[in-house]
Formats: sequence, C-alpha cells, structure tokens
Amino acid sequence: MNSNNRKPAYIIAVDDDPDDRDMIEMALSETKLPTRLELLQDGESLMQHLQDTTKPVPDMILLDINMPRMNGLEALAQIKQHPRLKTIPIVMLTTSKTQDDITRSYQLGCNSYISKPVLYETLVDLMNMLHQYWISTVEHPFIQKAIDEHLGAG
Amino acid sequence: MDIRVTNHSPLNIFIVDDDPDDQELLLEALELAGLTCSSSTFADGQELLDQLQDGELPDLILLDLNMPRVDGQTALDRIKSSARLRRIPVVVLTTSRSEADVDRCYELGANSFITKPRSFEDLLDLVETLGDYWTRVVRLPPH
Repeated sequence: MNSNNRKPAYIIAVDDDPDDRDMIEMALSETKLPTRLELLQDGESLMQHLQDTTKPVPDMILLDINMPRMNGLEALAQIKQHPRLKTIPIVMLTTSKTQDDITRSYQLGCNSYISKPVLYETLVDLMNMLHQYWISTVEHPFIQKAIDEHLGAG
Repeated sequence: MDIRVTNHSPLNIFIVDDDPDDQELLLEALELAGLTCSSSTFADGQELLDQLQDGELPDLILLDLNMPRVDGQTALDRIKSSARLRRIPVVVLTTSRSEADVDRCYELGANSFITKPRSFEDLLDLVETLGDYWTRVVRLPPH
C-alpha cells in the first residue's frame, strides 16, 4: 500500500527482561519478514541510541513500560517532545494492563498500546500484524527517510 | 488470531470526509470487513470539533485532510493539543501522500497516516487490516 518497503524494516525493541527480548527476537525471525532488529534494555539506552545521529532512525519502536533506570513512559515523553524524533511510531508493548498506564501512554503520544502476549504463538501472530500494519500499510515520515539517506544507511 | 483484547464493544468510529461517495465506500468497506462497530460521519473538521466539544467521544477517528471550513490538519492539531481529547487515536486517511502532509501530521500527533487506495478492492483490504489492528490488537484508552 505504501512505498516504504524497499529495504528491511528497522525495528527497535526495548525491554529489560532478557527472556522477553529473546522471545521478541525469535518471534520476529519466525515471521521470515525482512526486518532488522535492535534490542535494548531500558529507556536510557534507547535515548542514547536515538541521540546518536550517526545511527539510522528506526521505522518503529516497541517499548516496554516497567524498566529500571528510565521507564518506558519517561522515554516516550522525551521522544514525543523531541523535534527530530517525535515522528517515530512508538508502540507500547507491555504486560501492564492498568487503565492508568494505557491512558498515560496515549496522553504522552504513543501511536498505539498493546498488551504483551503470554503465548509464544500469539507473539508471532502479533509480529506479523505489526509488520502488516506499520510497515506495509502506514506511510512513514519522510523526515526519517531523508536523514537515513543523508547517512547512507540501510 | 487470538490476541483479542477486551475493548468496550461495539467500537465507536468517527469518519470525517467531505466527499459523500468516499464516506459511503468507507462505511460499506467497514461493514463488509465484518467489524462490530458503530460509526458516525462528519463532513468537515468543524462538524467533528463541534461533536467532540459537546457530544459522545469516539474510540477512533478516521480523518481526511482536504476539507472545507476546518481542514484535517487543523482538526488534528486541536484534538492533540487538548488534554481532554488527545488520548483518542486519530488515523489520517487521505488521498494525499505528500511528504509535507505526512511529516506534518505525525508532528501534530497523528497515530498513523494512511494513503487511501484508489480501487474498492484495495480499500476493502485496507479496512480489514485497519479494523483488525485497532479493534483486535490494540488496547484503546478508556473514556
């Protein structure tokens, strides 16, 4: 539907639980979709990564909420107030189902909020759906493409 | 797919488009996609903003850009600048795919930007993907 499929989708997943990071990596590779995944462990490492202007801007970020050092809501708030980074689609992917976290995330500007599946098979389905929606259907900000091309990334 | 979340159903979707034919096609596609939703249509941003000010709030807004009186970007800006309204997901659904429109809408806080396909068949596919995503995968903010 859109014209953004010319190279593997670059996705960053942020989660403090090493088992969850492994699950996400396995599930995404099981979809066989052309993706490039970067795994990070908390909001602080995400902010450091994004602020490094030699690195390409991701096509989307999967962001956990409860993490040490800097939690997902703080990172979300910083990204959505950042002139260069605010257009990156951010999907909260978390075990938290509290109405407070859901409302807060949308108020801070997350692009959508998803409960982390418990079953591995469901996580594989979810990765397929996320790719179908965010990579194959939705238009991506051109600002990011311009930056990436400038870097010669991808 | 059994991600199935417990969103309040049926979902209440607002469709904002100044073209009655486009409204009609979208409604038909929503119905054919088998979504359990109720939808209301608005002819421009002003109608939408009036409803949001006084009336019931939707679970999701599908927003066209080029409309008379109040255009989509202005309406989007007003929604995302309002502490009361900004949590409502707004999907920009338009024939435009100009770089300026896409970037500006994301900057203003659009939850996603989708270019409206030309054929009804493709629109049907799109509505299925869109509907599946927002009704069965995503957790929507409570009212």
